[in-house]
Amino acid sequence: MFRSTRILRTGFPLAFSASLLSFPVGPGAAGQPAATRELRWAGDPEGGAPFVEASPSDPGVLVGFDVEIAELIARELGRVPRFVLVAFASIDQSIARGDADIGLSGIEDTPARRSVYSATVPYYRFREVLAVRDADAERLRTLSDFAGRRVGTLGGTIAYEILLAAEREHGLTAVSYDDDVHPYTDLVLGRLDGVLLDNVLAERRLRSVSGYVIQPDSVAIGQYVGVLSAQNGLLRDAVNEILLQGMRDGTLERIFRKWGVWNADQPPLYANLLAGEPVEPFTGSDIVGQLLGESGWSAAARYFPSLLRASVTTLVLSCLAMGLAVTLGVLIASGRVYGGRLLRAALTGYVELMRGTPILLQLFVLYYGLAAAVRLPAFVAALLGLALNYAAYESEIYRGALEAVPTGQLEAGRTLGLSERQVLTLIRGPQAFRLALPPMTNDFVALLKDSSLVSVLTVMELTKQTQIFATNIGSWVIPGSLCAALYLAMSLPLSALARRLEQRWKAPTP
Amino acid sequence: MEGADAVSEIVVRLNDVRLRRNGRPVLAGASFDVAQGEVVVLMGASGSGKTTLLRTIVALEPFEQGTIVVDGIALHGGGSAGPVVRQLRRKVGMVFQFHHLFEHLRVLDNVCLAPIHAQRLPPAEAEERARALLRTLGVDHRAHALPRELSGGEAQRVAIARALAVDPPVLLMDEPTASLDVDRRTELSALLRRLVSQNRTLVVATHDEPFARATATRVLRVSDGVVRAEA
Repeated sequence: MFRSTRILRTGFPLAFSASLLSFPVGPGAAGQPAATRELRWAGDPEGGAPFVEASPSDPGVLVGFDVEIAELIARELGRVPRFVLVAFASIDQSIARGDADIGLSGIEDTPARRSVYSATVPYYRFREVLAVRDADAERLRTLSDFAGRRVGTLGGTIAYEILLAAEREHGLTAVSYDDDVHPYTDLVLGRLDGVLLDNVLAERRLRSVSGYVIQPDSVAIGQYVGVLSAQNGLLRDAVNEILLQGMRDGTLERIFRKWGVWNADQPPLYANLLAGEPVEPFTGSDIVGQLLGESGWSAAARYFPSLLRASVTTLVLSCLAMGLAVTLGVLIASGRVYGGRLLRAALTGYVELMRGTPILLQLFVLYYGLAAAVRLPAFVAALLGLALNYAAYESEIYRGALEAVPTGQLEAGRTLGLSERQVLTLIRGPQAFRLALPPMTNDFVALLKDSSLVSVLTVMELTKQTQIFATNIGSWVIPGSLCAALYLAMSLPLSALARRLEQRWKAPTP
Repeated sequence: MEGADAVSEIVVRLNDVRLRRNGRPVLAGASFDVAQGEVVVLMGASGSGKTTLLRTIVALEPFEQGTIVVDGIALHGGGSAGPVVRQLRRKVGMVFQFHHLFEHLRVLDNVCLAPIHAQRLPPAEAEERARALLRTLGVDHRAHALPRELSGGEAQRVAIARALAVDPPVLLMDEPTASLDVDRRTELSALLRRLVSQNRTLVVATHDEPFARATATRVLRVSDGVVRAEA
C-alpha cells in the first residue's frame, strides 16, 4: 500500500522511475568491501513509517520493517543492501525495467503481481478495516451501511477494487486518494463518511489524527510481498528461502514486534507457508475471484465503462474550467488595459502569483489549505483551481491581443460617436478575439491534459482511472493505449473546431 | 472658387488652439472659422500640423489652450468632459487617410455600426440608409466584401459612407487623394461638391494643390502650427 503524502505527481507514474535516487543504507553498508555485490531494493520513504521512513534522529538513515527485511535478505545473500527511491505507484514498473532487484514497501499481494511479476512469499498479513467518525461508530459498521455515502481509500489498491464492487452492490461512492493521510483528515472534516485501508495504516494514523474509530470487523484480508521482475525467478526463490527461514527461526517476528505490528494474524500465515500450503493473495471479498486470472482484455472490458465515465469527468471539468477561465481572463485583461493604477497593480499581482506558483500547490491550498474555513467539494475545488490558474494565462493572451488592435480602429469607432464600452465590445474585443483564438485553442488542449492533476483532490478523471487500471493488471500497455485514444478523441475534435472557428473569423460567410 | 461671403452661419470655430508634443509646439495658436456649406482646404507641408488640426477638432487630440466650437458644442483647452466630447462627435465625422475601416466587419456592417449602436436606429432602417449611401457613392456592389478585399478608392468611398451614415453636419477628411489615381481624384472632387450641395460643411487636409484648387471654396495655409488665409 502507498503510504506517502506526495506533493508532486504527474499523470503517468512511469515518469518517476526516470529520476531515481540511490544510496546505501544500514549500519553495515559502509564496512563492506567495495567489490561485494549489491542488493538494490526499491521503496518509497515519504511518510512511510512503519514500512520505510527516514529516521527521525538521523534523516540520512532509513528505518522501518521493510528496511530490516531488505537488510536480512541482503545479509543472507552475502550482498550489500542499496536503497533505490521510487515513487510507490511506480515500483512494479521500475522493477520490470531493472532499476532495482526487488521492491519492498508494503506492497500488496495481488493476482496481477503474481502473474506478471515474480512475487515472493507473503511476509505479513493485514486486514482491510473500516474507519468512521466517532459519532458513526454504531450505525456504520459494514460496507452495506454506506449506501449513498462516500468512502475513501488509496487508488490502485485492492481496497479500491472492493469499494468499486461495493459501489455497484451497496450504492456507496468510492473516493480515490494518492496518500494515506488525507483520507483520515477528510473523514474527520466530514468530506468522507468512511475510510477503507489496512489496519497497519489505520492504527498508525490514529496517533496523529483524532476523531475516528476503527471498526472491529475486517472487510478483507491481504498480505505484503516483495516484488521482482518476471525474469528474476532464481533470486525470488532464494529470497523465499530466506523469508521462510526468517519465519521459522523467529527473525521476522522479532522485526515486526520491534515495530509494534506483530499480531495473532501472522502465526497462521507462517504456519501455512512453512507447511507448503497455498495462500490466496486476498480473502474475505468477492472481488478476489474476479481479479484472479483475469486477462488484460477482459480487464479492459471491465474497466472501459469507468474509463469512459472518467473521460466525461475530464471533458466536463475542462469545458467548465475553460469557460470560467476565459470569462475571468477577459475581465482581468480588461482591468489591466482600462483600469486605474491600483486595479492594474492588483491584477498584475494576481497574474504573477498564479503563473509563478505550481498549479498543484494551488489545488492543495484550495482543497486542503482552506478546508478549515471553506469546505469546497472536490469537483468544485478542482474546477476553481484550474479556472483560476488558467485565467491568469488567458488574461495575458487577451491583454496582448487587445493591445495588438491598431489604435486607428479604436479612433475610428470613437469619432463615430461610440462610447468606450462600445468600442471595446464592438470593435476591439472582436478583433482581439480573432488574434487570441489560436493560443486559446492551444491552452484548451493543454487544460484538457492538465486536468489530470486534479486527481490529487480525489476527482476520478481519466489519467487517474488509467493508473488504477494499470496497477491492477500489472501493465500499462492496454490502459495506456486506451487512455491516449480517449484523450485524442477529446482533443482532436477540439482542434478541428478551433480551426473551423479561425477560418470563419477570417472570412465571414456571405 | 468663391469665397465664404455667400454663406453666413459659422459651424466650426477655432480660437488660439495650442498643443505641444514632447515640448515642441505642434499647434501654436491656430485660429480659423468655417461657415456652413464651405469646403475649406487646409494646405501645408508634411508635419505642418494639418492632420493634428483635424484630430483636435474631432477631439482625438487633447489640446492645452484655446477653444474649438463645432455647431454650438465647445471644447476647451485642458480637456473636456466625456458627454461633451460625444455630443461634439455627433456633429462632426472624420475620414482618415488610411480609412481605418473595421477589419472584422463587412462593408455594410461597417456603415451600419454607428447608426445602430450610437444613434439607436432600428437595424433595418440603418441598413436601408447604409445601402442608399453605398449606392450614392458607387460601392453598393461591395456591400458584403471585407475591408481587406477593397481597392484604395473603394475603401475610401466606404469610409466616407461610414462617416456620413450618422449624418454629421461637418465632415473632416485627411489626405483624401493619397490612395487615388488622377481619374479617381476628379471623381472625388465632384463627389465632395455634391456633398456640400446637401448643406454639409467640409474641412479637408491635403498637400495636393490641383485637387485643392478644384475642390475648395477657400484654401487655408498651415505652417508651424499656425493657420493663415491664402494670400
